[in-house]
Amino acid sequence: MPVDAGQAGRTWPPGEPFEVTRAAIAAFAAATAAGGPVHPAHTDPEVARSLGHADVVAPPTFLVGLAQSSDARFVDDPASGVDFSRVVHGEQRFTHHRPAVAGDRLVASLTVESVRRMAGNDLVTMRNDITTVGGEPVCTSTSMLVVRGE
Amino acid sequence: MPRLSELSVGDAVGSATVHLTRADLVRYADASGDQNPIHQSDEVARSVGLPGVIAHGMLTMGVAVRVVVDWCGDPSAVVDCGTRFTGQVPVGADDAPEPGADLDVSAVVGALDAGAGTARVDITATCGGTRVLGRARAVVRLPA
Repeated sequence: MPVDAGQAGRTWPPGEPFEVTRAAIAAFAAATAAGGPVHPAHTDPEVARSLGHADVVAPPTFLVGLAQSSDARFVDDPASGVDFSRVVHGEQRFTHHRPAVAGDRLVASLTVESVRRMAGNDLVTMRNDITTVGGEPVCTSTSMLVVRGE
Repeated sequence: MPRLSELSVGDAVGSATVHLTRADLVRYADASGDQNPIHQSDEVARSVGLPGVIAHGMLTMGVAVRVVVDWCGDPSAVVDCGTRFTGQVPVGADDAPEPGADLDVSAVVGALDAGAGTARVDITATCGGTRVLGRARAVVRLPA
């Protein structure tokens, strides 16, 4: 079943707050280091403070988890027409307005920016505006999913 | 930290060869929350037409962008990063003839914007000679 182009423009308000913890940052940094050294700004609050941050700093792609859980509000909605078993990640981009640091409580607002049909596949582009619970902009995430045609 | 005024387009930023194992995929799944079974189960991966377990695209990007972080010295200097996922990274089981996967990452200065105080770094990531990221870029804020 194709994704209805009329889904474009749907929005979801800020979701559940996501707590950025030192442990989550350290685990993500270690996972993306794949056995290599981890930058101390991800694990040592003193190093992070020496770089001008309130606490340890998240890696540049850390907010993918928050973005994907927000995207799921559309992807998992039966009305979206998305068959998750046919989904592959096509593109991802993060524009950081300020770094996410341990202690942040962040929320994501989701917008389905476009639904396009190309070569038998549906390309769904979603934007998450990620802010603190107080509304301070932190990151804009854009993800494009490819729903492979049957 | 590199200075913008001392950089030229085409300058090497760095390179790395990173060996990924199935354990690395499990660790990334737990850290990112992406528990899609195509990254952990050969059976599930093959049932959807893949050759076997493949790495998360965002694990590949996360590994690749580390080369940029190591170069600039401050993770928060990366103000923008993005990529297309153009190829798969098959990760062999530990007892397979070719266990794991080798990811080759290299990065160069792609553009300089003195007005914005940023450099665009263009990242190339290949596995077995095949490009797995397309238009992978990081924008880094640097001192003049």
